[in-house]
Amino acid sequence: MTTSATTVPSSAHRAGAPGGGAQAAGRQERRVGTGARRRWAMWWFVLPAALYVLAFFAVPVVNNITTSFREYTTATFYTGEAPFVGLANYVDVISSRTFGRTTLNTAVFTVVSLAATFVIGLALAVFFNAHFRLNSVLRSLVLLPWLLPLIISSAVWRRMMEGTSGVLNELLGLVGLGAVPWLTDPAVALYSVIIVNVWVGIPFVMVILYGGLQEIPRDLYEAASLDGATGLRAFRSITWPLLRPVVVIVLMLGFIYTVRVLDIVLALTGGGPAGASDTYATQAYQLSFRDFQFGTGAALSNILIVVTLLVAALQLRANRRANDLAG
Amino acid sequence: MTRTSPRRAVLAAVLALPLVLGACSGSSGGSDDGGPLELTALDYYTDEPSHSDTEKRLSDCAEQAGATISHSSVPSSQYNARVLQQISAKTVPDVVMVNNPDLPQFASTGALAPLTDLDVDTSRYLPSVLETGTYDGELYGLAPNVNTLVLFYNEQMLADAGVAVPTTWPELEAAAAKLTTPEHHGFAYAAASGTEGTWTFIPFLWGNGGSQLELTSPQAQEAVTFYTGLAAKGYVSTSAVNWTQADAKDQFAAGKAAMMINGPWQIPSLNATQGLRWASTTIPVPAAGDTPVAPLGGELWSVGRSTPEREKAAASVVTCLNAPQTQLATALQNNTVPSDSDSAKELAAQQPQMAPIVDTVTTAKSLTSDSGLKWPAVDAALSTALQAVISGQSSVPDALAAAQADVEGQ
Repeated sequence: MTTSATTVPSSAHRAGAPGGGAQAAGRQERRVGTGARRRWAMWWFVLPAALYVLAFFAVPVVNNITTSFREYTTATFYTGEAPFVGLANYVDVISSRTFGRTTLNTAVFTVVSLAATFVIGLALAVFFNAHFRLNSVLRSLVLLPWLLPLIISSAVWRRMMEGTSGVLNELLGLVGLGAVPWLTDPAVALYSVIIVNVWVGIPFVMVILYGGLQEIPRDLYEAASLDGATGLRAFRSITWPLLRPVVVIVLMLGFIYTVRVLDIVLALTGGGPAGASDTYATQAYQLSFRDFQFGTGAALSNILIVVTLLVAALQLRANRRANDLAG
Repeated sequence: MTRTSPRRAVLAAVLALPLVLGACSGSSGGSDDGGPLELTALDYYTDEPSHSDTEKRLSDCAEQAGATISHSSVPSSQYNARVLQQISAKTVPDVVMVNNPDLPQFASTGALAPLTDLDVDTSRYLPSVLETGTYDGELYGLAPNVNTLVLFYNEQMLADAGVAVPTTWPELEAAAAKLTTPEHHGFAYAAASGTEGTWTFIPFLWGNGGSQLELTSPQAQEAVTFYTGLAAKGYVSTSAVNWTQADAKDQFAAGKAAMMINGPWQIPSLNATQGLRWASTTIPVPAAGDTPVAPLGGELWSVGRSTPEREKAAASVVTCLNAPQTQLATALQNNTVPSDSDSAKELAAQQPQMAPIVDTVTTAKSLTSDSGLKWPAVDAALSTALQAVISGQSSVPDALAAAQADVEGQ
């Protein structure tokens, strides 16, 4: 079999084109043997990744889907009995009194958070893209919210937003403004949670956009400035079009992160007061782990997954268009 | 080379196989071959010194039962999920701690062994404690120590305002009104979404003869109207809708509230607050002569289903964890009430500031005594209703009608 070793480099080149080796004339017989073994070897290399995906992505998703069609109670964990109930869990979720409000809250939370995070993150990225002293020191400071464990930063924000003794209201009092019921007024609570979520999200947006900005060749700006295009004009004609593929990625990842935010809401308001800051994510969590209604909880989280997939697909399409424009 | 690479891949896969299988099957533990029985225990005492104290008590108790025990703790927020996961993997711990409102849920799974079948002596327990551990007529859990809710008040503020300690609702309201000044509110309670907010309100519902399952009854309407009215009239800060019991305690300790509903576990922190003169009393009742009915809190020790031999050993560990002398020591340390009636009397004698709490416990009921398996639904619905009224989103009848519909829908 020593001769077969010599064929390794040539067939290795063709590994990307399945069946390519079969066309070669001559030592075809021996080739088929090594080719089959080679394909087997290939599958062995793929196997760990495939097992990983199966165990950690496919199984939970399939489990969640089957759970949502069953009546799944605490007793199910012991007996394994979960009668099939068809779409009843979905009907329960959608016809519940709070579904409309939760949907609206989820939409407002996601859109406002994402828009604010993006605008501020972009402004900061452009700001740090210029050269000035202490740039890198300041830039790493902006990353701080990202480094803190969420549960700690939310707890600190919760203290700061406390109605009677929180530092935010004391500051407002110092400049002569009235106290804001940050987390206790149903009309305000959701926006207070959004403020914290924006604060947490800015570093992520800034870092990725900053990376995108660094990729834009400097000479484009130099050439433009010779033609008299600087400042806002340069941003509109150079920065924005060249940054668009990165923007689409940031918005897509940002959307996926934002729509399922759970810990910040739970730590700040627990979804209250009276559901005023409940989103799909908090509602699904509470259905499953506080109310022990695993079936309806799974149904709601499946709705969340479908919404996320739809938006992600739309954004991917937009990305393809952006790439076409840029390229 | 071409021959060896597939072999290596096979080898790697074979080596990885036990990992995959091990992850699926979970731990089995235990031995039938004569060695000491190896029990497992799970609780949510992740904080020190509770964790080490419990570990020591568990291993002492296991030793008496001729076994060894491996103890682990999971944070309380992940606790129920972990226990359910172990139940589904049929690896429920031999000795498992259950927070009292969750007992009906866990007992209904069938994964807990009834203690009555395991010859556990229950003659010395306070009846309210036994009721807390009972589901469907069977005893599943025993709490060494319990706690409940009482009215704490700032002695200095009451004396300065010339207000007597309130014992009825009208007195409580009058006192709260008089104690509300620009510097501080008269009264404070936790109304954050979730169990703490609901729990704090239950004494008012039960004290007025209401039931968790009849939220539209006149008794429930009156209780909610009175309770939320204290916030509507400005005697309780509307920030209470985001206060946990710890937040209410912080307000009280900082002198921003003259009275509060809270539990004895706040006593160490209150004692540590410089210059705070506080005392406690049973929660005021609707009218003079009514009996206060407060909900019991605390953690129960239960036995997970396994083999008869293991269950028996685990049951003797649970009995040992509940020994009267341990109860009194724990009570003195943690400001809880021993569930053994004699030890409870002894505690009240040794620590007079615990006396109102011991009194309240003797007439208290298990938090889930009227709702049972429906407690999670009641908890969510009632907490939402209270928040909706206090934050001005809804009237009392509307909020309670919605809450009742939620409870019945499940």
